Amino acid sequence: MAFGATLASILSTGLAMGAIYALIGITYNVMYSTSRVMSFTAGQLGMLGGVLGALFTLRLGMPLLVGFALTLLCCAVVGMVTEFVAVRPVLASLDQHLYVLSTLALALIIQQVTAIEWSTEPQAFPRLFGIGSGALDEKFWLPVVACAMTMGALEWMQRKTLVGRAFLAVAEDNFAARALGLPERNLRIASYALAGAIGGIAGYAGGELMLAFFANGAFLNFYGFVPVALGGLGNNRGAIVGGVALGIFQQAANFLVGGIFASVAVFVVFIVVLLAVPQGLFGTSTARRV
Amino acid sequence: MTSLSDAAVEKPAELGHKASALTAAGPFVALAAVAAILPLIGNDYWAVIATRAAIYWVLVAGLNLIVGYAGQLAIGYVSLLTLGAYVTSVLAAGNVLPAMPLAVCFAAAAMTGAIFGVVVGLPALRLRTFYFAISTLGFATIVTQIALAWQSVTGGGIGLTGPEFPKPFDTPWGFYTFCLGVAAFATWITSNVAHSRYGRALVAIRDADVAAEANGISKSRALIPVFLLGGAMAAVAGGLFAVLQTYITPDAFTFDLSVLFFIAILIGGRGSILGPLIGTVVLTILPEFAAPLAAWSTFLYAVLLLVIVLAVPGGIADVLDFHNRRVLTNNRAIVPDPSVLPGLYAGRPAAEPLTMRGVVLAFGGVRALDGVDLTIEPGTVHGLIGPNGSGKTTALNVISGYYALQKGEVRIGDTPLPTGRPELRADLGLARTFQTPRVVAEETVLENVMIGGTVSGRAGFLTTLLALPGRGRDERELAARGRMALRAVGLESLADVRASRLQHSELRFIEIARALMLAPKLLMLDEPAAGLSPDEIARLGDLISAIARHGTAVLLVEHHADLIFAICQHVTVLNLGRVLADGTPADIRSHKEVVSAYLGG
Repeated sequence: MAFGATLASILSTGLAMGAIYALIGITYNVMYSTSRVMSFTAGQLGMLGGVLGALFTLRLGMPLLVGFALTLLCCAVVGMVTEFVAVRPVLASLDQHLYVLSTLALALIIQQVTAIEWSTEPQAFPRLFGIGSGALDEKFWLPVVACAMTMGALEWMQRKTLVGRAFLAVAEDNFAARALGLPERNLRIASYALAGAIGGIAGYAGGELMLAFFANGAFLNFYGFVPVALGGLGNNRGAIVGGVALGIFQQAANFLVGGIFASVAVFVVFIVVLLAVPQGLFGTSTARRV
Repeated sequence: MTSLSDAAVEKPAELGHKASALTAAGPFVALAAVAAILPLIGNDYWAVIATRAAIYWVLVAGLNLIVGYAGQLAIGYVSLLTLGAYVTSVLAAGNVLPAMPLAVCFAAAAMTGAIFGVVVGLPALRLRTFYFAISTLGFATIVTQIALAWQSVTGGGIGLTGPEFPKPFDTPWGFYTFCLGVAAFATWITSNVAHSRYGRALVAIRDADVAAEANGISKSRALIPVFLLGGAMAAVAGGLFAVLQTYITPDAFTFDLSVLFFIAILIGGRGSILGPLIGTVVLTILPEFAAPLAAWSTFLYAVLLLVIVLAVPGGIADVLDFHNRRVLTNNRAIVPDPSVLPGLYAGRPAAEPLTMRGVVLAFGGVRALDGVDLTIEPGTVHGLIGPNGSGKTTALNVISGYYALQKGEVRIGDTPLPTGRPELRADLGLARTFQTPRVVAEETVLENVMIGGTVSGRAGFLTTLLALPGRGRDERELAARGRMALRAVGLESLADVRASRLQHSELRFIEIARALMLAPKLLMLDEPAAGLSPDEIARLGDLISAIARHGTAVLLVEHHADLIFAICQHVTVLNLGRVLADGTPADIRSHKEVVSAYLGG
């Protein structure tokens, strides 16, 4: 019995956290696909999803749906701000990696404003539906459902809609897409808005598990990037596999060796995988240098 | 700038360098003077602030080599400060092992810091910049978590007492004096590294990594020593920080500190030591004047970071660089002087031929090289021509190791060239230039050329760090050789000008001078005449012929048929990855297929 309960708890928490990590990984990927930039604001968007959700629903007392819609809207706007402030100005000199610094600066600004204006302590997040208990509590399955729906919607968009195909074209070959007359700049802004909304979904769906806490941003920046590194840059399915694997591995390690060494284990695996398979498990190596 | 001050004074021109070395040392002397006067005029509170600045600088000085020189964005360096603080405090307190003497505690901290400096840096050796940034960030998160959770050792959230210094360093100003000494030492050793072949290799990795490899600079061999050094310095700074704080908790090591260290370097400017030093002092003092804004300090740092990145990516060092704003003369002609070549070639090993046998390289289904045989005899200029896409540059890239051949072999003399290892070519006497010149824009012309001599330096990292005699000798020899190579290509008058200010044609000649540093057995020139004026092409031809006469085998890839036929003793024509024709220029000119496929009738 004890073993079964432990297993259930490892799986439920692991899957839930894994789904959140995967969604943040997809946020990184969506931004990367149109700009070749990895942005430190990805994790902060996840944090904002939780904080804004709690703000609109609990502190301002709005109806659930309105609060949800507003959260996504705000996150999409933050995504677009990222594009305007931290990405576009440094796109011309991509090889100098200034985007690492500009997006880090913006991420810190978002985090500090949240810390000062919201709270530096974790705050409660509203209970959304009140369905399930124990290992099947909604706080565990909501992130999984959100992740599956997001992925489904993304795939549908890329296959069936013109905008989705345009995204793919820009991601595949930026110059060729521009030569074909695709509005590359607008597509990039749109992809940042979309990435913002996805980050928001991650934070909102994971709100009951992670609470509305300003420090979640930095945490998600790292743990959300691990699936990207594992699954290969720009590979959303790889990010989901990587995210779920990370979540379950982390919970199992947590149970087996304790909290301190679980994070060490995650870090070690991250470094080892990166060194062994630099392009990620599902990625392709590229780059012609001379 | 010590490298210049101890350079031998041979010619009047070098007197100027001595003077400029003194002006370069001026700001450091002024800062040291202010630091020395401080105890006479300030109170104990000043002592704490000044000590903190000195301690931060010990960390930033090491980090500066990694971020400012090598261009690796290590953003979570507070983790190594934390590590150092806890290692010294735990060992000094004796709550795990018996209490140890301070010297042992600090040595242990330095070693731990060095080890973790490399562990965190591993991704930087093989991966994109962002991965390294994230791994340092992840490490920073984890160290704090461990400090909080491992209560039996670290005291968890309650913390533990820092080590105490004995007399006479137990007073605020006494401890300040000690930290100031460490900071001065840190400045000295990092400056020794920065102004040596190691420092130039780091900058080459940052701004011209492909060229760095061709010049024998291996990324891991260049970066690991500075990761070790940077980690050790950060951990020592952590130990001093613990002493200063007297009591440490995980809260003391916020991510803000990482940002502070980072901005200090960026404000200061990349590739400078003075700039980041000033940046560190200013950023440490600033919050003391802005006490009401304390809660917003991280926010302000972040805004500052954004503004610097977007508005002045070069930092203060760039803004204050008046020397490089002096107008250069227009209409300057490049006049090579091949008469100095014997000096460059003196004492070099015997010349050897390069042979390619049955080399095959396919990209997917396309056979870019389809069984190529080629022999380049020493002392000759060997032209490699053919239509676009015929495999000329691919052949060059196979010889220089950027592409790994799939069949066949390439030898220099009797030595087979290791497949796909460009960084091993310089040691074997192979040098090359690139179609698009790859130089470090922010360094002087002379420094760029000295990069070519990286493999001939003999002083090890420790010798360099402590400026033992071997380092000075290396620097003098490399600089003298560099000037000679520059005279050979006709750019000596521009030796001390920043490369970013030169014209395209001059950059091509810088690359040749850089290659001449090796007095190479094989020199590969990839379209050296592209973008040159007819006069310059003629002089380039004379220079190439002169280089070959000294025993170098020259492989010349070029589209200017006139140049090829004027100076080559042997010409190979490639088409679709195969050798179409091979012989003397006269043979090629009368070869029917060549004329119809390439030269035009």
